Amino acid sequence: MEFAGEVFLIILSSILVNNFVLSRFLGICPFLGISRKIETAVGMGLAVIFVMALSSVITFGVEYLLLRPLNIEYAQTIAFILVIATLVQFVEMVISKSSPTLYKALGVYLPLITTNCAVLGVAILNIREEYGLIETLFNGVGAAVGFALAIVLFAGIRERLELSFDLPRSLRGFPIALITAGLMSVAFLGFHGLIK
Amino acid sequence: MKLSKVFSNGVLNENPTFRLVLGMCPTLAVTTSVASGIGMGVATIFVLFGSNLVTSLLRNFIPSKVRIPAYIVIVATFVTIVGMVMQAFVPEIYQTLGIFIPLIVVNCIVLARIEIFASKNSVAASVMDALGMGAGFTLALLLLASVREILGSGSWLGFNVSVALFEPAIIMLLPPGAFIALGLMMALLNKFTGRVEE
Repeated sequence: MEFAGEVFLIILSSILVNNFVLSRFLGICPFLGISRKIETAVGMGLAVIFVMALSSVITFGVEYLLLRPLNIEYAQTIAFILVIATLVQFVEMVISKSSPTLYKALGVYLPLITTNCAVLGVAILNIREEYGLIETLFNGVGAAVGFALAIVLFAGIRERLELSFDLPRSLRGFPIALITAGLMSVAFLGFHGLIK
Repeated sequence: MKLSKVFSNGVLNENPTFRLVLGMCPTLAVTTSVASGIGMGVATIFVLFGSNLVTSLLRNFIPSKVRIPAYIVIVATFVTIVGMVMQAFVPEIYQTLGIFIPLIVVNCIVLARIEIFASKNSVAASVMDALGMGAGFTLALLLLASVREILGSGSWLGFNVSVALFEPAIIMLLPPGAFIALGLMMALLNKFTGRVEE
C-alpha cells in the first residue's frame, strides 16, 4: 500500500507539480515548434508517451544490466542517446509495417523525438533518483503525459492567438508564445501545494 | 566566406537563441544566475568546437546514410569529456547545471551546426562557425541571466547591485520568469531591428 502511494505521488508529481515542460524546461523545442495546431500537438503528445514509456524501461535495463556490471557508468550519455535513437528508428519501422493508421498519425513526429531532450532527460533523472523498475516506468509515462498535457493546452491557446489581429507586430510569433508559456507556468506553480 | 564573417554571423545575424530559436531548454533552465549561465555557455562552446572540428575532419569519410548516429557519437563523446572536466574542476557549477550537462548532447544547436555547416565546410571555417555560434549562445545566456539575476536576487555574478532601490522579485528566478523575460527580450529585439515573424 505504501508502495502504491509512492507511485501515485510520482505520477502526480511528474504530470502536474514538476511538469517537464513548464517547470523543468525539458522538451521546449517541440513544445514551441509543433504547437500551432491542436491536432499536431495531440499527435506529438501521443508519440512522446509511447516512446518515453519504452525508452525509460530500456535505458533502465541498459544502466543496470550493462553499464554498472561493466563499470562503465561514464559512458551513460553515449549509451542512452544511442539506445533512444535506435529505439525511435525501430518503433518507426515496426509501426509502419504493422499499423498504417497509427503510422499516419504518429509517423512524422517520430524522427523528431530523438532530439527531444525530455526523453533523454527522464532516462537520466530515473537513474539519478535511483528509481526501481516500476517507479521508472510510471515516472516515464507521467512525464510524457505531462508533456502531452502542456503541449495540447498550449496549442489550444496558440490557435486562439492566431486570430487576434491587434497583437503588436514585434510580439508576433515566438515572443508571445514564450509569454503565454510563462503564464501557463504560473498556473502550474499552483500545483506545488499538492505535494509538500 | 571570410572567416571573420563566419564568426560574426553566429554572434549576430544567426544568433542561435534570438534568431534561430535553438537550444531553448538550457537557455531557460540555467539562467537563474550569471555564473551558471556562463558555465553552460563555456561547456557548449567546447562541445561545439570539438564536434565541429572532428566532423569537419571526417566529413569525407562518414557515409551519408549513417551520418546522424555518427554525429551523435561524436557529440556525446565531447559532452562526456566536458562533464568529467567540470565535475573535477568546478564542482559547484556542475551541481547547479545538473542534468543539463549530459543534455547538451540533444541541444539542437550542436547537431544543427554539424549538419548544416561542419559536414560541408573546411576545418578552419567549421571551427570559426563553432566559436561564433558558441559566443552567440553564451552572449544570449549572459543577457538573460543578467536580467533574471538582477531582478530576481538583486545581484550580478554574486555582487549586490540592488542598492536597496528595489525588492528582488522571486518570480524571475522561478520558471515563469524565464519564459516571460526571454519573450520580452525577443520582442524588444524585434522592435529595434524591425524584424517581424510571419
